[in-house]
Amino acid sequence: MEKGPVARECSCSCNGDPQNSENRCCKPMPPAHAGENRTPWVIGAIETSTGKIPQVSTEYTPRDRFGAWKARWGIGRMDYKVPPGLYGVGNPDANSLVLVSANYKMSFDRLRSELKGLDLWILVLDTRGVNVWCAAGKGTFGTEELVHRISQVRLPEIVTHRALIVPQLGAPGVSAHKVLKLSGFRVLYGPVRAADVPAFIGRGLKATAAMREVRFDMRDRLVLAPFELVSTVKPALLLLAVLFLVNLIAGKEGFALSLVSHTLADFIPYLGAVLTGTVLTPLLLPYIPGPAFAWKGWLMGLLWAGVYVWFIASQASWTHGLFYLLILPPIASYLAMNFTGCSTYTSLSGVAKEMKFAVPAQLISAVGGIILWVGGLLLGF
Amino acid sequence: MIKHRYLKKVATLELNADKCIGCGVCLDVCPHEVFEINSGKTWISDRDRCMECGACAQNCPVEALTVKVGVGCAAAIIQGKLKGTAPCCGGSEGDKSSCCGG
Ligand code: SF4
Ligand code: SF4
Repeated sequence: MEKGPVARECSCSCNGDPQNSENRCCKPMPPAHAGENRTPWVIGAIETSTGKIPQVSTEYTPRDRFGAWKARWGIGRMDYKVPPGLYGVGNPDANSLVLVSANYKMSFDRLRSELKGLDLWILVLDTRGVNVWCAAGKGTFGTEELVHRISQVRLPEIVTHRALIVPQLGAPGVSAHKVLKLSGFRVLYGPVRAADVPAFIGRGLKATAAMREVRFDMRDRLVLAPFELVSTVKPALLLLAVLFLVNLIAGKEGFALSLVSHTLADFIPYLGAVLTGTVLTPLLLPYIPGPAFAWKGWLMGLLWAGVYVWFIASQASWTHGLFYLLILPPIASYLAMNFTGCSTYTSLSGVAKEMKFAVPAQLISAVGGIILWVGGLLLGF
Repeated sequence: MIKHRYLKKVATLELNADKCIGCGVCLDVCPHEVFEINSGKTWISDRDRCMECGACAQNCPVEALTVKVGVGCAAAIIQGKLKGTAPCCGGSEGDKSSCCGG
């Protein structure tokens, strides 16, 4: 019942948009501020033989949306964790279905907002604020936690049936046959995307092939760009400082406004390389020839370097041009390679294989560029 | 829809067809349609699409499937190399873990 595609245990840029965050791994979120109403989405209580169970809203509020937006850009701290336990949607009874979810707020929001008009239970596992996919990779969304949570909320006393709908993306952590043996509950794997849950229920708990498949559409890839970009801010600022110092030391114009403008002009090729690696390559991913991410990034980086040298720096010397051709492609290549963590289809064996070749190549090219640059400074060619 | 393709002939997925009882769970959990089933036996129809997530092996009731599970994430592999651990980012759990935090 999770949304969207992607990597596990640690894909690099992770937590994010309610639509697409589900299988990108993420930093567990900081706890909410004390005193704040942490559960504004609880709208009532459902009486059961074991006591009151919180009833949750199916509305996706502007506040939820704002939280998701902030998370996407890595801003501030919000309430990203849902207390683990059992919740009700609508007016569930002893025969109602039980959906299992992670306690990552955005997974939970996504799920509950798709359940309008339905009566069912949601069993929230303690995944430490990590989404289903990543938590399944870590094993926190797993057989043990599921079995523990079933008995902790006294689920066998609340429902008379013995079935659970577990999001398909949780399957790497859950052993259906072991859960059955340990708890008596049969695990049915639900669809990948939360939006398909009502249809899955409507079809008598049967998923279509499309519901089972993890996709990685252009939209999914675009949503990831903010994460990738945010992760490059620190090195980019560092580079800006270095360029500033170089311009200052080269000291053609003293400390003047032109110093700033030169620094910014020097920064453009790098900015282009970063955008090429983090936004353009991911966006055009399936259209760039070759399977390896590092290769795709290199190709696009080379294209950018070529465009830059040809059009913008054409009056510069050949060493200058060569320098950019050596230094820019590995930057784009490295960043594109890191996008493997966000993709929904790369395997460890595959990434390890491409890195064996790509990392030395990136280093050689970048070091070559730096040597050329230093040589140019010292020898003046 | 475009099917993404990654490196060929690297996935470590193996199926022991003799053990398979044709329950079909692996077809349910696989996010990339790697398996097909034919007269009560499953076979690997597209190994190159396997992303080594381990869902199939974890859920096969007779342990007919094996796969070296891992994260297809370059940053994780780099972190692992630097720290000398398995490819993952940050701790494996708890609030200090920063899972590759972007
Ligand atoms: S490891 Fe994952 S991707 Fe590979 S075959 Fe099994 S379920 Fe499919
Ligand atoms: S899960 Fe195992 S036993 Fe069931 S069909 Fe797949 S390989 Fe065969």
